Amino acid sequence: MAKSAIKKSALRVSENGLEKKTSSKRLEVLKTYKIYIGGQFPRTESGRYYTPVNKAGEKLANVCLSSRKDFRDAVVAARGAFGGWSGRAAFNRGQILYRMAEMLEGRKEQFISELLRQDSTKAAAQKELNLAIDRLIYYAGWCDKFQQLFSAVNPVASSHFNFSVPEPMGVVAIVAPQGDGLLGLVSAIAPVIAGGNTCVVLASETKPLCSVTFAEVLNSSDLPGGVVNILTGKPAELISGMVNHMDVNATIYCENNSSVKASIREQSAVNLKRIYFYDHLNWQKDEGQSPYLIMDTQEIKTTWHPIENIAGAGGSY
Amino acid sequence: MATAGSIRTLPDFSLSPRIDQVGVEERASRFTKRSIKKETKMNGLKLVLNMIDLTTLEGKDTDGKVKQLCYKAMHPHDAVDGIPKVAAVCVYPSMVKVAKKAVEGSGIKIASVVTAFPSGQAPRDIKIRDTKYAVNEGADEVDMVISRGKFHAGEYNFVFDEIAAIKEACGTARLKVILETGELGTYDKVRRASDIAMHAGADFIKTSTGKIQPAATMPVTLVMLEAIRDFYYKTGKMIGMKPAGGISKSKLALHYLVMVKETLGSDWLTNEWFRFGASSLANDVLMQIVKEKTGLYQSANYFSVD
Repeated sequence: MAKSAIKKSALRVSENGLEKKTSSKRLEVLKTYKIYIGGQFPRTESGRYYTPVNKAGEKLANVCLSSRKDFRDAVVAARGAFGGWSGRAAFNRGQILYRMAEMLEGRKEQFISELLRQDSTKAAAQKELNLAIDRLIYYAGWCDKFQQLFSAVNPVASSHFNFSVPEPMGVVAIVAPQGDGLLGLVSAIAPVIAGGNTCVVLASETKPLCSVTFAEVLNSSDLPGGVVNILTGKPAELISGMVNHMDVNATIYCENNSSVKASIREQSAVNLKRIYFYDHLNWQKDEGQSPYLIMDTQEIKTTWHPIENIAGAGGSY
Repeated sequence: MATAGSIRTLPDFSLSPRIDQVGVEERASRFTKRSIKKETKMNGLKLVLNMIDLTTLEGKDTDGKVKQLCYKAMHPHDAVDGIPKVAAVCVYPSMVKVAKKAVEGSGIKIASVVTAFPSGQAPRDIKIRDTKYAVNEGADEVDMVISRGKFHAGEYNFVFDEIAAIKEACGTARLKVILETGELGTYDKVRRASDIAMHAGADFIKTSTGKIQPAATMPVTLVMLEAIRDFYYKTGKMIGMKPAGGISKSKLALHYLVMVKETLGSDWLTNEWFRFGASSLANDVLMQIVKEKTGLYQSANYFSVD
């Protein structure tokens, strides 16, 4: 009885052509491009959005137009995450960066389709994505190796064991490059977090799609919430708030706008933020990756450790 | 029949008003919607700082830690002019003498937790000795905990008598009664415990020890503020309020001030009648004050470690 009822209804559906109709009429579930703060995907608290357009005039998406308040919230999240992230074993940080590369590799299709919508050619998109993945692997390897290269045991003329080691600065504010929506973002973030810093990144204003999707990669890579926070919006609105925030330790600016650079220099003075301008770097080339980029957001700490001077008594270590 | 007369004035605590949970939570959430900016915010922040009971209640407390806290109480942030002192320093009885000496002449009060804080699981004579010890050492204010177990068992007379006995042992010191609302469970019980404490002689009622989660919340504080208001209408006697634990952001503290103002009125907006039991709130308030003065969002790096 029940069987025949099912058969009947199935029949009715195909007779009316409902099956076909429902599938063709189905509304696509489009992704809301939100920002990434403290491991969550909130909308901007301001409720504002903007609609970037590609060269063909196609609207890319309604993207969050982040406010200064969003930036401050992100700084709170980044500061909260700093102790845990910098305190992790360097090897473990490397594992997590490697995991990020794995996750990125697994979502190639999605990134390529976004890059294509953002005016990239097929070959260029493929190249940019591969480079981004390889870059993560590159910095994953450096996580537990740059310290040995850049630290030193120093000869001193007193009874001290004296050594200098790099330590992460803290919270780094990054204005990502406008071109290379994915590669530029990854290249700016990776050396900062490889060294144990946390960061707040303002993604490319004109090509923001990959940055939000990259946040989803971060979210599934065991990267603790708050280590990387990604905002979308207009640099012109946000940069001033980024560089005069007392709880930000360094600023990285990847564009070449001399008046913006001057204002960054000036406003960063309030708490002597470190400033780095990466406008001269070509992210597509080898110069876009280097352990020296990790060292940019490291401070050298020198420790004087008192030791008993046993050499004077004729012995030695 | 004098005794019978005084007994008759005591209400039956099992008939304390029942609390509408949905209503009280909704009402409490409304207080967070007020916009407080610029000059009002600045005045509010200074008031909050001036109402703080700077607290250290750790097993690992040392004389040095207490002295450091007392210095902070007197000099919250000397880099900026016009910053008020906190209201009191709150310590264990064994630290009262050290603290009292450290704040000498500053006008800052010393509060001490007593009665086998935080559990309150001790015989009454020990609790009374604990109280007397703290007062003899120089405590200006005494924070006692109620016996929550007895309260849950319905032995309201026991709880009442105990508070009355501690009040007597306090002498001139002001008595704050900690209800430990996180262990009471319902708003009805919070209201009932508030009524018992106030009738038994509390000068202040206080939400929590800070050792139990949840500690102070806005709805719980509102229930207690309304109990204070009803008690005031009935007897004409003002009772102070001290939410403690879990208030670490200045924005939240300002919401509490709004709630006090709109429930009890401006008379309670002084550290004579309202306190915050907190340790990390002070730094957040200081950071906000400096932000208001300089326009720059601050970093904890530039404020004292506590």
